[in-house]
Formats: sequence, C-alpha cells, structure tokens
Amino acid sequence: MTALLETRSLSKSFGALLATRDVSFTLEEGARHALIGPNGAGKTTFINLLTGVLAPSAGEVLLKGHDITQVEQAERVKLGIARTFQINRLFRGLTVLENVYMAIAERVGAAPDMFRPAGKRQDVIDESMELLTRLKLADIAHKAIPELPYGRQRLVELAITLGLKPQVLLLDEPAAGVPSAESHIILDAIDALPKNIGVLIIDHDMDLVFRFAKKITVLVRGAVFAEGTPKEIGANPDVRAVYLGQAAHG
Amino acid sequence: MSVFPTATDHPAARALAGRHRLRLWEPLPWLLALAFYVAFPTYLGFGTDLLVTILFAISLDLVLGYAGIVTLGHAAFFGAGAYTVGMLAFHGIWAEPITSLIAAAAVAALVGLLSGLVLLRTTGLTLLMLTLCTMALLEEAANLAHDWTGGFDGLPSIAIPPLFGLFEFNPLYPNTQYLYALGVLFICFVFVRVLVYSPFGQSLTGIRENTLRMHAVGAPVRMRLIVCYTISAAIAGIAGGLWAQANAYVNLSTLGLDRAATVLIILVLGGYGRLYGAFVGAVAYMVLSHLLAKIYPTAWQLGLGLLLVIIALFARGGILGVGETLLRWFGRRRPSP
Repeated sequence: MTALLETRSLSKSFGALLATRDVSFTLEEGARHALIGPNGAGKTTFINLLTGVLAPSAGEVLLKGHDITQVEQAERVKLGIARTFQINRLFRGLTVLENVYMAIAERVGAAPDMFRPAGKRQDVIDESMELLTRLKLADIAHKAIPELPYGRQRLVELAITLGLKPQVLLLDEPAAGVPSAESHIILDAIDALPKNIGVLIIDHDMDLVFRFAKKITVLVRGAVFAEGTPKEIGANPDVRAVYLGQAAHG
Repeated sequence: MSVFPTATDHPAARALAGRHRLRLWEPLPWLLALAFYVAFPTYLGFGTDLLVTILFAISLDLVLGYAGIVTLGHAAFFGAGAYTVGMLAFHGIWAEPITSLIAAAAVAALVGLLSGLVLLRTTGLTLLMLTLCTMALLEEAANLAHDWTGGFDGLPSIAIPPLFGLFEFNPLYPNTQYLYALGVLFICFVFVRVLVYSPFGQSLTGIRENTLRMHAVGAPVRMRLIVCYTISAAIAGIAGGLWAQANAYVNLSTLGLDRAATVLIILVLGGYGRLYGAFVGAVAYMVLSHLLAKIYPTAWQLGLGLLLVIIALFARGGILGVGETLLRWFGRRRPSP
C-alpha cells in the first residue's frame, strides 16, 4: 500500500544551517500522527516543505506515490494538502462566514468568477454554513474576527482549512495561545475530524499530543530522532533526555 | 443548537446572499449628476472634469482599496489612454470617440499587464517605487518622442468628430462631453460594482486582508493580482481617453506624479475600498479646492493638506468611514425594535 504522504531523504539548508536533514517520513491514510521536537528542531520548516512554501535542497515529496516535489503551493492545496497556521492567519476585516466562504469558493472553482455576485453561489454559502454548524460556529457566523475570543478565532482557522476538504491535514500548534478554559473546543473539533483524512499535528503540548496521536515522530536538529507509538516515545529515555534537557535549560 | 431552522436562513448567510443587491440610496449619485447638468449649465466643464476624476479614482480603488496593491503610479495608465486617443486623432488615424476609448482601454491594459507581470512580484515599498518608476519612464518617453507626442508641449487642439455622428464636442458648451462622460462612467461603474461583489472580487479582498492565507487556500494570488491590475489599468485608460476627448488636447500632465498623487488623495479623502469613496472624495476634493482657491488664492493647498492630515490621523476610512461610524453610533443610541 502506498502511503498518503511520504518524504524521501528530504533536506533543506539555509546557507550553512541544515534546517531539515535527510527526513524520510510517511503519513498513512486516516493517520493521527504527531510531530514533536524542541524549539528550533525544524518542525515549521518541515511543514513548509510539505506544503510547497519552500523548495527542498534535496529529496522528494510524494502524495499517494506521485512525486509532487516541484508542484507549487496552490496546486498542492488543490491536490488535497492543507494546513493551519501556528499564529492565526485570518481575513480579519471579514465575517466568520466570509472567511470560510473564501476557502470553499477556491476549492469548488467559484473564485475566478467575475460576473456573478458571490451571494448568488448559494451552494458555497450553504456548504460554509454547514461546516460552521459542524464546528459549532454557526451562531457567530455574522461576527467579524476581532470580535471573537481567541479560542473561537483558532476554530475559524481550522474551519477555513477544513473548507478545503483536505486529504492531508497539517495542524501547526492548533491550540497555541488558547486559554485552558477554552482549549476543549479545539480538542473536541480535532476529535471530530473526518476519520479518513490523514492528520499531522505539530505541537509542544504533550497532553494534546498524547491524547490525539497514534504515532509520534520526534524531530531534533532537523533530523528524525525517534518514531513510535505514544507509549514507546513516552518510555524512550533518549526522548526524555532531549525534553528534560530542554526543560533544565529553559 | 442554532435557533435558525436551516443554515440558509441564518442572518450571516442572508447578509452574504443579499450583499450585492442595490441599496435604496444608490441611484442618488446619478440623479445628482443629472440634476447638476440641469442646474449648473455654466459649470459643465468643471462637471466633466469631476466625472473623469471619479472614474480614475474608481480604477485606483479597485487595485488599492480592494486588492491592496499600493501604487503611486496610476497616472501611467491614465496618460497611456489619453495619449492613445490624442495621437490617433492628431495624426489623423482614428478619432471616432467610442472606438477611440476602446483603443485607449486596450493600450492602457497592455501597459498594465506588462508592468504588472514584473512589479506585482514585489510588495510594499519596492512595489511603490516600481509603480512610480513605470510612470516616470512613460512620462519621459512621451517627452522624448516629440514627433508623435508633441513632447513637452503636448498635442494641442485634437479634433474629435461628433458622438454617434450627431452630438458635437463643443469646447465652449460642453453639454455633450458631460453626458458622454456620465454615460461612460456609469457603464464602467456598473462593471466594477459587479466585479467587486463577485467571488473574484471577494478573493481580491482576501488577498488584501491576508495574502499568505490566500496562498494557503490554493488561490493563484499573483495571477489574480495581475488580472485586477490589468482591468484597473484599462479603466484608468478610459478615464484618460475621456479627458483627452473632453479637453481636446493632451499634455504631459496626464502622466505626471501630480495626477497620480491627487487621485490617491481623493481616494483616501473619500474612503478607499468602498466603491463610493471615489465619488465622495472627488466631489469633496474638487469642491474644496475650488472654494479654497477662491477664498485664499495664494495658499489654498494648505487647507487641503490640513484636512488630509486629519483624515490620515483620525479617520482612516475617509469621509464615508466617518459617515458609517456616525450611522452606527446613532443606530446604537436608538432603542432597538
């Protein structure tokens, strides 16, 4: 069986800095996979390589066995790779509904249409509302982003990405900055993600990672340091040393 | 669960579905423009200039207000259109008004497309400087190509044949010019209005609000910007062509920084990204400069400058933005039904 998303010996250097070293990684269909590692381990660079924001210095990226290393970011989205951002990247001047509309309009190919009002694409509006209802955001669909508490904004961040109906979903610290009283809404939303899509979550929050992941990859200084089930990773003395060492310094 | 029986009935969904509908007050500017024609027959030259300026400001609003492309060189397209009309007519190649305007739009669009392909790779200050450079290059080209453009002196007294073969362009009684400009403005405005409420227009707003996110939802951002820039250039070219036809001459002022800066000021004054900001801004600017010049002929620009400082500091949404804030404020004070 071919993996949903795969990297082979992927490397990226910025001048003398090797941000990603020879990473061979697979994400299976329906996976709940976590990528962890100390600060500066190259997690975000890795995400940028997967989504096509950065071009690798060496190695390849494959989606369902097809080489997509040279495929541009926008095209990769169309192929089913979507991400959320560590720091919210929302359309702040627009309503929640319009934020989601933007993504769905792109996915269904409505966006290049110049001569029909956006409001006449009832299919896009309906799908947006359905998605918002699923994420329990329907009641605030008419609000502008700055009016929402941060936890809700994080949820909109997720909603935009889900509007793209990804097969590969990359979540970059989905609960970052959300007060603990609100974090359950993010966790619930992640639990309720469609079972068939492959999800890779990047996070520092060990509670979230261990609750969510079936498999964990540990990245240290750009390279894969360890990989295994949460149980194996939790028991791995080297991983503990990396994190405890981090804690001792931090 | 939601209190609304179906998602389609949700106020947000209904607001989005009805956003493009004509509002009650929207015929007002056009009625005022017609009333102006009747009420001020001696001011029609001024009126024509105003209509042309509004059209130019609308074209700028599309790139600056909607797509968020910061430009200081939009007069490049205005000038390209004006010189297209001027040179075609002056050299006896083609002068029929409407087809000349189409030619002006095509040439300006081409300039927009070619320059856009290069400069829309950049953002911010680099973009601003490149738009300025494009305009300066065109201005200098028009200055140097004396045989074609008349150089520094421009092309005086170009003859424009009657509109539809019937209506004369009389420089002393510019009735034809005024109604012609109004008609062209109306057609272009309807086009831009359709555009900004379309999914394409929505995606331009998305690029303005968050370019990175637009990339991440799979939008071909650069292509969208180039298309928008080209369309805007075409409209600016039409405005320039109209200016040439209405004034029956072309000179380097159509291409200069002065014009580019003025239209920017007008848009900031009226409120950018608002479609009607161009109308309000142009009227406010031209009426104010007219009155201030009368009251205080030596330093009238001081008053405009002060107003602009106040707008830039305290009212980023321009005059329309202030109006919206006031309406909301009164709306909140009124007991809700």
